Amino acid sequence: MARNSARPLSPHLTIWKWGPHMLVSILHRITGAGMATVGAIALVWWLAAAANGPEAYETFLSWATWWPGYVVAIGLTWVFFQHMASGVRHLVLDTGAGYELRVNKLGALATMIFSTTLTALVWALILVRH
Amino acid sequence: MGTGTGIGRVRGLGSAKSGTHHWWLQRVTAAGNLLLLTWFVVSLFRLPSFDHKTVVQWIDSPFVAVPLILMIVNVFWHFRLGLQVVLEDYEHGATKIAGIILLNFYAIGGAALAIFSVLKILFGGVPA
Repeated sequence: MARNSARPLSPHLTIWKWGPHMLVSILHRITGAGMATVGAIALVWWLAAAANGPEAYETFLSWATWWPGYVVAIGLTWVFFQHMASGVRHLVLDTGAGYELRVNKLGALATMIFSTTLTALVWALILVRH
Repeated sequence: MGTGTGIGRVRGLGSAKSGTHHWWLQRVTAAGNLLLLTWFVVSLFRLPSFDHKTVVQWIDSPFVAVPLILMIVNVFWHFRLGLQVVLEDYEHGATKIAGIILLNFYAIGGAALAIFSVLKILFGGVPA
């Protein structure tokens, strides 16, 4: 939409005090976009490498097990659980439930507690098994 | 058809009858993702290792390859819908159209490559 730059824009993003619901809302978009790019490319690379044969797969593994690979993997684990939890929260909100201030804030906090706990749990189990 | 006011042009045409389609598919694929990705993550976790032989032998079964293909379709469809909304929010005019076209190329191309890889393994094209 073309905007007349001579006209003032009403303040919106800058005047609110940040709360968990605002953070979770924008995180849902960021985590979704992150998985659609980094996550999807990693998935396609993994499958294509496996289909290509042992050598291509070794190349994939050597990248995935280099330390930045672990950073991306741990990051994607948190991003995955966060998007999953806030996605489920969205399905609940779609029914018209959970808009009371306290419940809404608690729900938003719960998604971040869920994603952080599960990420820690998953990687702790991976470490224990190796 | 009226040529004067906006309401005059709209009157008699009705809605496009697809106002909620995008929104609804986003929810349906979200539910699908919940099921298919839970299966995928639990399955990955149960694999004894991630070496080539283990992964190829795991995929080489219809009960793995089929849900895996369904998951790929569902995931790529879901993010195609989601990124379209992101593009529509931040880009306008020609940039938006070009962005959505590129998004379609990326999503369909990526999904095709992933599905082909699974099928190649399933149909025995990859010696384990």
